[in-house]
Amino acid sequence: MIEAKGIYKYFNDRAVLKDINFSFEEGKNNLIIGQSGSGKTVLMKCLVGLLKPEEGEVLYSNRKFSNTSENQQKELRKEIGMIFQGAALFDSLNVEENVMFPLDMFTNMSKEEKLDRANFCLKRVDIINKNKLFPSEISGGMKKRVAIARAIAMNPKYLFCDEPNSGLDPLTAVVIDNLISEITHEYGITTIINTHDMNSVLEIGDRVAFIHRGELWWSGSKDDVLSTDNKELHDFVYASELTKKLL
Amino acid sequence: MKYLQNIGSYLLLMRRVFKRPQQMSVFRKQIWHEMEVLGYESIGFVVLISVFMGAVVTIQTAFQIESPLVPNWTVGFTVRQSVILEFSPTIISLFLAGKVGSRIASEIGTMRVTEQIDALEVMGINSATHLILPKVVAFVLINPVLVVFSIFTSIFGGWLAAINTKLVSSSNYIEGIIIYFEAFDVSYAMIKTIVFAFIITTISGFYGYKTEGGALEVGRSSTNAVVYSSIVLLFFNMILTQLLLA
Repeated sequence: MIEAKGIYKYFNDRAVLKDINFSFEEGKNNLIIGQSGSGKTVLMKCLVGLLKPEEGEVLYSNRKFSNTSENQQKELRKEIGMIFQGAALFDSLNVEENVMFPLDMFTNMSKEEKLDRANFCLKRVDIINKNKLFPSEISGGMKKRVAIARAIAMNPKYLFCDEPNSGLDPLTAVVIDNLISEITHEYGITTIINTHDMNSVLEIGDRVAFIHRGELWWSGSKDDVLSTDNKELHDFVYASELTKKLL
Repeated sequence: MKYLQNIGSYLLLMRRVFKRPQQMSVFRKQIWHEMEVLGYESIGFVVLISVFMGAVVTIQTAFQIESPLVPNWTVGFTVRQSVILEFSPTIISLFLAGKVGSRIASEIGTMRVTEQIDALEVMGINSATHLILPKVVAFVLINPVLVVFSIFTSIFGGWLAAINTKLVSSSNYIEGIIIYFEAFDVSYAMIKTIVFAFIITTISGFYGYKTEGGALEVGRSSTNAVVYSSIVLLFFNMILTQLLLA
């Protein structure tokens, strides 16, 4: 479980996050939704330690994360996997080397063991026979799959996904969503997903937190999302004509 | 004020860069790779510039000192001294500040804007050490080699110019190359080369690392890297010359 307690984040004296309190549950897909610019990505960056909150703290299974030493954070980070919006694969490494990278850096496994693990992870995300290709040679959907494979290579306890299906066609987006969900439930990972895609919310959202103007505006289950009487959330959910017609 | 801020940020970054790498075997591989891309891939460029540089110095000197009072070996001697003391260590390093510096800044800058540096940080890897230190170590090791190449090819270029233009005879030129040789001059060149390699890689790494935004900012970082590493290089050239030769 990951807990955010009283998180405040300012940029140039402007509060981007205001008093965020939320518990992200273990073995579940915890979705953070909200409009662009609402503070979702800043919250996620605070949770993974890429940004330091001015106030409040982040706890990983009751272990302090923010406001701790670099070394303490480093130990905890080995339990974290992250999928970035643009996949953030290393351009100079091929698919196989990208997945093996965390193993190269943090384990003393033999080359064969690392290769086995990388192949296992790649197979898990349905990437076959693409090991020697470079990120520039594969599609956006494949990049996301490789990013997932790299994120799970170290058997993380916590998985962060920043808009995992942005820029993907609807079919591939569903595949990626389902893949993340399957992995979450299969390995009992605490997964946090940033998204503004309502389809993801309805497909895989076990718990949903709605961020509005830097505040935690609403939280609940995906079923509650549809029947909400919260005006801002309602406007967000039913923003498109298609959603209005279908739901 | 902005310059002071940049110097402060640079020093803070250097404190992060010079830390023990996460995995030594990976670090060694990175050094070899960087030696190849920063050094080996620059050899052709260095050789080409050096040959022409040596030829021009020879022709210029020969035209300037046409006098029966000046010994015949003076052209070779002047070429050797100019090349060892200034042209190869400083001018070649300046050219490399353009080639290597822009490469480093744009590579690291692109990694910054595409979140690859964030990916390293989330994994618990010190991205500053991982990305900049191998480049610094590799270039500090390979730049002296490039400059030695440059010294030899400049002298060779000078010899080619001498015999082709018939301004100086081959034997006089070679005599000038050998006469009054001081080994310290080479040490002086090597010291400068090592300092320049450090300046080029750390300043370029700094500008790449602090890139924020998109493609436009990567281009700006790359330009800043070349401009500031060249300025700092010339400034340290003056200081080192004063310290080592005074």
